[in-house]
Amino acid sequence: MVRGMFRDLAMWLPAVLLSVCVAVGGSAVARAQGGEWQAVLDEARGQTVYFNGWGGSDRVNDYVAWAAERVLNEYGVRVRHVRVNDIAEVVARILAEKTAGRTERGSVDLMWINGENFAAMKENGLLGAPFVDRLPNFALVDTEARPTTIIDFSVPTDGLEAPWGMAQVVFMYDTALLDEPPRSITGLLAWARDDPGRFTYPQPPDFLGTTFLKQALVVLTGDRDALYRPVDQADFAAVTEPLWDYLDALHPHLWRGGETFPQAGPQLLQLLDDAEIDIAFNFNPNEASAAIADGLLPETVRTYVLDGGTIGNTHFVAIPFNAQARAGAMVFADFLLSPEAQARKADPRIWGDPTVLAMDRLSPEERALFAALPRGPATLPPEALGTPLLEPHASWTGALEAEWLARYGQ
Amino acid sequence: MAGPLRAIAGRRPRLRRGPWMGFVPWLTLFLFLVPVLLGLVGTWLPAFGYLPALGGTGLSPEPWQRLFADPSLPGALLLTVTTGFLSALLALVLAMSVLAAWHGTRLLRAVRRFLAPLLAVPHAALALGLAFLLADSGWLVRLAFAAGELMGLAVPRRPPMLGLANDPNGIALTFGLALKETPFLLLMSLAALGQIRVERTLAVARSAGYGPVTAWVKTVLPQLYPQIRLPVYAVLAYSLSVVDMALILGPSTPPTLAVLVLRWFNDPDLSLRFMAAAGATLQLCIVLAALALWYGAERLVVRCCRPWLSAGGRGGPGRATRGVSGLAIGLAGAMFAAAILAMAVWSVTRRWRFPDALPAQWSAATWAETLPVLAWPAWTTLWAGLAAAGLALVLTIGCLEYEDRAGVRPSTRALWLLYVPLLVPQIAFLFGAQVLLVLLRLDGTAPALIWSHLMFVLPYVFLALSDPWRALDSRYARTARCLGLSPGAVLLRVKLPMLLRPLLIAAAIGFAVSVAQYLPTIFAGAGRLTTLTVEAVGLAGGGDRRVIGMYAFAQSVLPLAAFALALAVPTMLYRRRKGMSP
Repeated sequence: MVRGMFRDLAMWLPAVLLSVCVAVGGSAVARAQGGEWQAVLDEARGQTVYFNGWGGSDRVNDYVAWAAERVLNEYGVRVRHVRVNDIAEVVARILAEKTAGRTERGSVDLMWINGENFAAMKENGLLGAPFVDRLPNFALVDTEARPTTIIDFSVPTDGLEAPWGMAQVVFMYDTALLDEPPRSITGLLAWARDDPGRFTYPQPPDFLGTTFLKQALVVLTGDRDALYRPVDQADFAAVTEPLWDYLDALHPHLWRGGETFPQAGPQLLQLLDDAEIDIAFNFNPNEASAAIADGLLPETVRTYVLDGGTIGNTHFVAIPFNAQARAGAMVFADFLLSPEAQARKADPRIWGDPTVLAMDRLSPEERALFAALPRGPATLPPEALGTPLLEPHASWTGALEAEWLARYGQ
Repeated sequence: MAGPLRAIAGRRPRLRRGPWMGFVPWLTLFLFLVPVLLGLVGTWLPAFGYLPALGGTGLSPEPWQRLFADPSLPGALLLTVTTGFLSALLALVLAMSVLAAWHGTRLLRAVRRFLAPLLAVPHAALALGLAFLLADSGWLVRLAFAAGELMGLAVPRRPPMLGLANDPNGIALTFGLALKETPFLLLMSLAALGQIRVERTLAVARSAGYGPVTAWVKTVLPQLYPQIRLPVYAVLAYSLSVVDMALILGPSTPPTLAVLVLRWFNDPDLSLRFMAAAGATLQLCIVLAALALWYGAERLVVRCCRPWLSAGGRGGPGRATRGVSGLAIGLAGAMFAAAILAMAVWSVTRRWRFPDALPAQWSAATWAETLPVLAWPAWTTLWAGLAAAGLALVLTIGCLEYEDRAGVRPSTRALWLLYVPLLVPQIAFLFGAQVLLVLLRLDGTAPALIWSHLMFVLPYVFLALSDPWRALDSRYARTARCLGLSPGAVLLRVKLPMLLRPLLIAAAIGFAVSVAQYLPTIFAGAGRLTTLTVEAVGLAGGGDRRVIGMYAFAQSVLPLAAFALALAVPTMLYRRRKGMSP
């Protein structure tokens, strides 16, 4: 296990170091060339930024509305939040625009993205020139302790997307209904056998559902290293066989006998609240506390992580190649990285999305913003979250989803 | 093409009175058919491998090979065909049995009064409400638990495992579709019955000793069915290719073909686009084949029933049919109402946990907090609906007025053209239409959104208005002409005021159709323009029923308000003119 992690690190280190150099060097340049950023600000004034992102959460939507109001007042940039079901729809639309030869004045200026969607856009040339190094606040990002802020599912971001927030899988259960939840992937199977119908996961390709597959795969596979290389360099069948064996055993004991799956991540919370299931999971360690405060979960819900760690990643914002308000999009992306915006985002009463900033790069006043944040009743202290498991290479996402659909989607 | 075009444009055009009018039917057809045709071509090209942006420059059968190799396809096809046929059949049987068993009764008059509001409720809102009713921890189970507790029974802490919603066989979807389509068929049938001498026919049959239901089935139904054949086909085509209801109520492993195709269109792996285009084309083929099959079944039924029709069996008093159909329509109405009520209740809930029969804490917070966010899509819904309904009304009036002046009647073939956007599955041409819009730089603009809605609004407005228009006694117009009014003045000062009520009802129907559009809004709105329906379907995955409830409720309220206005305005305007109110 430990050796495996070292191997991961050894593989990661060069890329991480390189990106850190680029990042730090780049932001030094940005600071030195304050005039250049001023030019961006001047250009951005009066622009309207169409920010496309998943709109399934009220708290996220409210937060975006707040940020939009702030940049309107401060920089004269109007942000329109285009709420979508799945950011893949937006990737599709930008592709349609490229199909029609629209290389400027595209319909999307900034989009909330990560993982395989980012990889697909990068590969198909749907993202423009790198912009992240030009954002003054990028210098504050914790690129060292959080390498996922510059390497997205093993794909280097190359300055094409700016980190926005951190995510890590946590499991949740209602202490009033369940005494002791299983704390490992294999324990989960044993528990489900004893008490069938009380667990499920969102149907891949929902990203939370796919994350469950990855979580199980990382733990169960005999060749963890292969997951961090492109999938076509691995023996997919051999590497993933333990996962399918596991799911074959698990599915009959799932909610509704594994014949029906929730279609989106947040439905797990609803099912937990409805007492249809006993264990749910989410990508945001603060989600359970926020849901309790919001009246969506009972106060007796608590969270935990699995022994051996859970999957963690970073989510980003990116500017498409044909954005109409590129300067405005950069100003908004930079504001989202500001200590003020990041601290508000991390507030569990607002959204509760962990920050990407490095505390030691902030001023004492800025640090105080974060220190003052309350911790919700169901939120684990940061040290209890443990070291997150890295996402497999972006190419595994599609492969796992396709194989899942082929096996269970018919 | 020329034949049917001439049919709607008139066979013997006498253009002396307003030659410009001849332009209107052509314009109407252009608005309708050209986009559909271009959209189909724009979908067929990638289906055969041509999509230069993704490196597809030549024609190849590969997308089809990939499509037929997809493991989800067989299950999806089976599901699509079974849910589509069964729901259309169920809706037809329900509508016909109610008409057969309850014609001329108070029940039918009550049903008629509720038809408009039932039609006004968008598919997505009904589906969201039904999903909550039918869930294992849904309202029906909660009410049953509460009832059990009242009777002193021991109620379990966990919900039962019923598995009604999203069942793998699509029964919930079939049921939901039938529930939504029955009012439409009833409305179209009631309109058609106005053109048949029902009472006289029935009187003759009854005097010959036929039972009430048998008399209706043997003498009225054979006259009625040809008149509602097109609406029935529209229902069948819609049920086979519906997306929003299938997303909310249908199964997902696999889903129906239309949902599967949309999934491929939206997949981050862009190479799936080719397969998606092939799937969309397959969807079109399935609908066409289904229509042909249905037509064949009609022939078969006619042939098999002919001996029965003339065999002279008088049938009994039909109490069983009456009981069953009355019960079914009552249950359906109750489910419909409960679904919408559930959404309304959720929107003012703070905490409503299983197994409480009603919310434990009520709150207006969802409305207070979400209203500002909801205002923008609500505003888009409003102007898009008003513009589409208004344009459709103007075009329809133009076509009908041209009919009057040129002295022609459109043939059945022309009516078929009108139905094209309703018979061709939306997913089969909307992708191509989207590329067209992007080429014209119109995607995400108001004209694009209004036009995409207009395609679907226009047929309904035309259907709703043409009968009352043609039924207007032509002697009024002739008298006005004799008194020296110009044709334009006759239209403005005689016909339109007299037809105010049907005009407004047609506009309200058009508005409701626009509000309910899901796929066209997604494709033409380009994410920049979003309506309550799109938001509500999007939130279905969001897990907060309070917000879902609010959107679903708001989405139902707008068309209901339109219908209320359509009924109230003529009554107010004509308060002092009794003769004007029918």
